[in-house]
Amino acid sequence: MTIMASSTAIRPEREWNIGWTDVGPFVALIVLMLIGFLINPDFLSATNLGNVITRSAFIAIIAVGATFVISSGGLDLSVGSMAAFITGITILFMNRMAPEWGIMAIPAGMMVAIVVGLFCGLMNGLIVTIGRIEPFIATLGTMGIFRALITYMSDGGSIPIDRSLRDAYRPVYFGTFAGIPLPIIISVAVAAVASFILYKMKYGRKCAAVGANEDVARYSGISIIKTRTIAYAIQGTCVAVAAICYVPRLGAATPTTGVLWELQVITAVVIGGTALRGGKGHVWGTVAGAVILELIANLMVLSDFVSEYLVAGVQGVIIIIAMLIQRFSK
Amino acid sequence: MSSVLSIEREGERVAAQKANPLRHSLLRAEGVSKQYGPVTVLSDVTLDILPGEIHAIIGENGAGKSTFMRLLSGYIEPTAGTLALDGEHVRFAKPEQAQDAGIALVHQEILLAEALTVAENLFLGRELMRNGVVDDRTMRRLATEKLAELGCLVSPNALVRNITLADRQLVQIARALLDDYRIVIFDEPTAVLTGEEVERLLAIILQLKEQGAAVLYISHRLDEVQRLADKVTVLRDGKKIGTYPGRTLGQMDMARLMVGRDLAALYPEKRAKAAGEAMLTVRDLSVPGFAKNVSFQAHKSEILGFAGMIGAGRTELFEGIMGLRPATGTVELEGKPINIRSPRAVLDAGIGYLTEDRKGKGLLLHERLAPNLTLSALTRFHPGIFLRRSREQDALRAAVEQYDIRLKSFGVKAGQLSGGNQQKLLLAKVLLITPSVVVIDEPTRGIDIANKAQIYAFIQSLVTEGKACIVISSEMQELIGICDRILVMREGRLRGEVSGDAMTEHNVALLATSDAAADGNVGGRK
Repeated sequence: MTIMASSTAIRPEREWNIGWTDVGPFVALIVLMLIGFLINPDFLSATNLGNVITRSAFIAIIAVGATFVISSGGLDLSVGSMAAFITGITILFMNRMAPEWGIMAIPAGMMVAIVVGLFCGLMNGLIVTIGRIEPFIATLGTMGIFRALITYMSDGGSIPIDRSLRDAYRPVYFGTFAGIPLPIIISVAVAAVASFILYKMKYGRKCAAVGANEDVARYSGISIIKTRTIAYAIQGTCVAVAAICYVPRLGAATPTTGVLWELQVITAVVIGGTALRGGKGHVWGTVAGAVILELIANLMVLSDFVSEYLVAGVQGVIIIIAMLIQRFSK
Repeated sequence: MSSVLSIEREGERVAAQKANPLRHSLLRAEGVSKQYGPVTVLSDVTLDILPGEIHAIIGENGAGKSTFMRLLSGYIEPTAGTLALDGEHVRFAKPEQAQDAGIALVHQEILLAEALTVAENLFLGRELMRNGVVDDRTMRRLATEKLAELGCLVSPNALVRNITLADRQLVQIARALLDDYRIVIFDEPTAVLTGEEVERLLAIILQLKEQGAAVLYISHRLDEVQRLADKVTVLRDGKKIGTYPGRTLGQMDMARLMVGRDLAALYPEKRAKAAGEAMLTVRDLSVPGFAKNVSFQAHKSEILGFAGMIGAGRTELFEGIMGLRPATGTVELEGKPINIRSPRAVLDAGIGYLTEDRKGKGLLLHERLAPNLTLSALTRFHPGIFLRRSREQDALRAAVEQYDIRLKSFGVKAGQLSGGNQQKLLLAKVLLITPSVVVIDEPTRGIDIANKAQIYAFIQSLVTEGKACIVISSEMQELIGICDRILVMREGRLRGEVSGDAMTEHNVALLATSDAAADGNVGGRK
């Protein structure tokens, strides 16, 4: 063509284009910490913050997986029940193997947890993609199934881990490395791997494309079925990692393990800046979201303003407010 | 004031109108403009609409026709200028206000609830009540009467889902005419209709005019405009070029006024015919519900056109070939069979498809340009396991240069580009997989003239490089302007082929619309 735009006049893309959705969760986190400090100066002590963040680790790890599912345009309500189910299976396996294998039953049990998690996630994914069932309904169904299975396995009571393993397994939740509690290190590691997959690899691009516009992805030669199924498998694996960290905390699996975790997980993802209708996922925002939820719960305990029995209620309010903000900031 | 409830008064009113020799303006738009941010879509348009007159508004895509209609019917408010009804200033903040003032808009798209009956749709949102309950019987009776006036004989109890497209259009018109109306606006009403149905609709429009209504008629079909219009107003780039008495303008005059220059210059000069060996061979391709037993070949260095009416199955045929829809049949590229069940396999084999729906299926509007550009060719951008962003940026820079994509910053999102630049980005995206066959569906829909000419030049350069190019278009002028050969589809089947001197609008239209034309070639080819 004769007319050419002088390309020198075009501003180059900045390497980091930071928007409100990127920094929002972190700003909220800092504001919450300041509020906490004003209410009770002990709030910002290393011990308290360490405890809070350690407790948020399960939700953070599962929510990182949920970031994939939600980014790809799906939803997984079964994560809480799935966590309970995996915890149960893992403890049963470890207890069975403990007499023969001794301490080695623990790493073997962890492998079992990962395999079971991957399988559960894969099932969720295949029901949604091959079965073409709404994610909401499909995972509502598996949520009931997993919950029933853990209740059945535990006979309505609890499945405690064998005494011989308890001390050896304890450090996974209570231990520290270089002064940092292990669950924090594990969740940071999970988030780091996730952000590499989501931002630096082909799969992450496909995931966001499928979530943002299925048709565009299809017309670009991206397999919707494969992309979504993998997202659910990643979710299952993350639930397994969380379950592995969770076992030593209480040392048992019960029918109430992981109840309402799906609410916290989805809330963490949404306040982390990932749109519930799909699109670009914000892994670190999700982690911040999980910490925010635990901080609020902690504040409620420390402050005496609001009964801590209302924690789930407050979380429910937060997810609705986060959705309203997403809706009206369009 | 005509409505189903006051038809008897119609006669008196028309008589009164005819008695008044000084027909004054019913609705007057005075210097209306509409801006969206820095973009002016309509600029200082003044127009008088008189009763008992059919006023056609014509213009290219993006000339501001739809914006103007939406202004008159209260969907948007002008940023400058005023509207006057019967000489008095009016403001329409909502479509309901325009409706109350007697302005009925017949939408281009069919907006009916398919699961409800004809009568329920007619009265949707304004159901008649008796003794506190919905008065179905009266509504059914009035619906039957109103539809009969329009020559539509569907039962008021029929589900909209089960009636034909043409009948749905009539139901939609009846719905617009249910309330009192004085001005009826038709937005491309014939786009989805076939020959006979068009005739029936044009008769209805003439009947409305006879009854004294003012009719505003927007259409791309210049032949209809020439037959119907008492006055023709031409818009171009948001400005009014002029209002002309209908009968004085020929179709070529209208086209020239719309485009603002000679049409011939739009298309690149045709190359000396040098089509090579067969590149793409499609045999017995069927897409259930859309295309049946279609076989054709596209040759190296050839621009092959696909013509047909909307709904002829052209887009679906190629979606079948691309693996995007279930299809049967064989597709070979340079003699090698292609697995048409996997979109990925078809792309990798070297067939690129540029969708007609660039906003819905082509680009991620909220995503930046580089990820859009590389989405179907990601494999090329990760040498190891990680994507190399610098390579993507290089590719974007090269595409911006090569396809003359105009942008302010490389950081903008795809949705922020103009239609023409989006189309160029999409073209660059499709060509990034280095296809040997490029299928372009509606290459210039919603694009301004300057970009159109550029796109045509790009298509031309693709075939000089030795690719085969297939162009699907509903604009016959466009196909005739750039193609070496045109295949015509109707109702899912190939109906014939035109090439050389036989490539005229008449021949293409004949094959595309009528059963009368014998299936087969219309002159031309050897």
